[in-house]
Amino acid sequence: MRLVKQGRIVEDRFVRWLDDAPVPEGVAVIVPHTRLLAEPELARRDAPTGVIWPNDRKVAELAPYVDRLALIALVFPVFKDGRAFSQARILREQFGFAGELRATGQVLRDQFVFMLRAGFDAFEVTKDADAAAFAETTRRYSIFYQPTGDGRRTAASARLGRVPAAAQAGRQRALQET
Amino acid sequence: MYVYDEFDWALLEQRVAEFRDQVRRRLAGELTEDEFKLLRLLNGVYLQLHAYMLRIGIPYGTLSSEQMRALAHVARNYDRGYGHFTTRQNIQFHWIKLEELPDAMGYLAQHRLHGIQTSGNSIRNVTTDQWAGVTPEEIEDPRIWAELIRQHTTLHPEFSFLPRKFKIAITAAAHDRAAVKIHDVSLRLYRNDAGEAGFEVGVGGGLGRIPYLAQTIKPFLPKRDLLSYIEAILRVYNQYGRRDNIHKARIKILVHQIGVEKFAEEVEAEWQTIRTGPLALEPSVIAEIATRFRYPDYEALDDNPDALTSARLTDRAFATWFNACVNRHKQKGYAIVTLSLKPEGGTPGDATAEQMDAIADLADRYSFGEIRVGHEQNLVLPHVRQRDLVELWRALDAIGVALPNINLVSDIIACPGLDYCSLANARSIPVAQELTRRFRDLDVARNLGRLHINISGCINACGHHHVGHIGILGVEKNGEEFYQVTIGGRADEKAELGTLIGPAVPYGDVANVVEDIAAAYLELRDRPEELFIDTVKRLGVEPFRERVYATRQAG
Repeated sequence: MRLVKQGRIVEDRFVRWLDDAPVPEGVAVIVPHTRLLAEPELARRDAPTGVIWPNDRKVAELAPYVDRLALIALVFPVFKDGRAFSQARILREQFGFAGELRATGQVLRDQFVFMLRAGFDAFEVTKDADAAAFAETTRRYSIFYQPTGDGRRTAASARLGRVPAAAQAGRQRALQET
Repeated sequence: MYVYDEFDWALLEQRVAEFRDQVRRRLAGELTEDEFKLLRLLNGVYLQLHAYMLRIGIPYGTLSSEQMRALAHVARNYDRGYGHFTTRQNIQFHWIKLEELPDAMGYLAQHRLHGIQTSGNSIRNVTTDQWAGVTPEEIEDPRIWAELIRQHTTLHPEFSFLPRKFKIAITAAAHDRAAVKIHDVSLRLYRNDAGEAGFEVGVGGGLGRIPYLAQTIKPFLPKRDLLSYIEAILRVYNQYGRRDNIHKARIKILVHQIGVEKFAEEVEAEWQTIRTGPLALEPSVIAEIATRFRYPDYEALDDNPDALTSARLTDRAFATWFNACVNRHKQKGYAIVTLSLKPEGGTPGDATAEQMDAIADLADRYSFGEIRVGHEQNLVLPHVRQRDLVELWRALDAIGVALPNINLVSDIIACPGLDYCSLANARSIPVAQELTRRFRDLDVARNLGRLHINISGCINACGHHHVGHIGILGVEKNGEEFYQVTIGGRADEKAELGTLIGPAVPYGDVANVVEDIAAAYLELRDRPEELFIDTVKRLGVEPFRERVYATRQAG
């Protein structure tokens, strides 16, 4: 498993704190959802705090925490289970979550573009070769039919903004003449 | 016909390149078969009993002659010389080699054809009326909306890994030829009392093990809200649809488990958060898509030219074909012509490469280069000048697609069944073939009138047996093929599920049972104009059950 952020393999600055031991000061941690719900004050620590949120629980429960959490990790137990795609879009587009949104579980290169479009910006990639191929894989598509919160321009909006070829040529000439 | 622009082309090329790489990774062992399975399914590639099967979508059933030739090319060069048109406006090739798949796909992509989302747990090919854009019955061309949905659902980042497959169908005519009620989402475009056009939205239709018809959750949806509302349905389904049991994963099960009112509320709540967002369809976006549908440059002609009238009066064979296969066109002087892919002893929906090429040529000559595919597994030439009908009929007859059996007992819908499919329990094709022989006499068939037989080789119901006037379902009992028979189903605007008439019968007895049902109908109908389906509605199943099991063991 490799962590990919901004297109590159990076070290994980977060520590998974999965048992009941006291959470250490000054360390970026990721805790299970049960721990966060039991100890909501964890979201107000000074050090960055993240949570692993299961894919069968409404992300609306996270609404009180989205401004404080540094990271939310969503889960793909197997890659055919696509629930976390909806969770990601709801967190980004409806609750305005601005922290790190991390894909965990079975994460293959074949999902990268979909994940980026849904709002993920960090990826715990299952296979090393897929992690290494991240940048190349995500360049594969340049056309998108659906508007999502990632801001990529859709084909529909590009079509409406399209300047007819003749007009464009005319403008080129005008520019050259000035 | 929809014309691709540079965006549509680029996306398709990018997808083909991605799949080529996925096949390479599979052959190199970088992908396990389990991982690859999901990826190939999203590109229409199944592993069947003998080989890989490639399913190509024909969006809203519209094909150009050039595309038909491309399908013929693939049939000839990558398959065994034929293709199989399915009940969902797709074509399947059953004998493709994995190594050759990327090349076959690349070739098809050059002709705007692909298998994206024709299988897998994804949003499938959006289907509609094969007479869209040409029937006088419709309020507007539903393909514009189908195309908007096609684009929105192609490689959707949120909904490519749904609990199960997801099918959308749309009709804009009073008579539903798209069987919308058996789809996960059914859309009926109509005009409300205020004269405004919008959609009646149904949800939760589907056949298979537990059949349901779609239930209306939005009686009138304004056009601008079409995509946001579908998005809301999908978001509810993606999160809450069952994933623990493949047989309970369709949206119909979710709808029935939480109740249709509760489901509608969930959708409504989700919809309210997104309906005014970027998915709201501005008139400019709709207009842009509409401008890329090209319509033929029709000539100004009159209906019923002399040549047609005299041929109908003097040539009995032509008149028979005309009555069965020719329908009214919205443009005066033109006609809609249905080509039967149901020859005696043939496989329903199969066409050879030679037939495909010949049909492409005839489409160029007589139908502005356009062909349609309907869910009944027949083809259509949608814009034929009435004065050309006699000539066209002769040409169609010469290639074996002018059998005048449209909507008759031998116009059978059938899945591939155990001859090809790894899911099947029993054969479908030989049952259909035997029935076409039993009912080869067209006078007998015409006397029976409209009668749809649907055959599925397993409970997955690809042959839509639940909605056949007579439905035949193959099951397996102690290693032998048996068949359950239902009657009274229908897939049109009065959609209903059929009722089982009694215990399953062995393979060798199916055609006899159908003959008994037909004979019972002839005795029971109260006048010759009463259709089979109406007789069943009036009398129920009982008299048919008695007739069939009087001479057979009832249990």
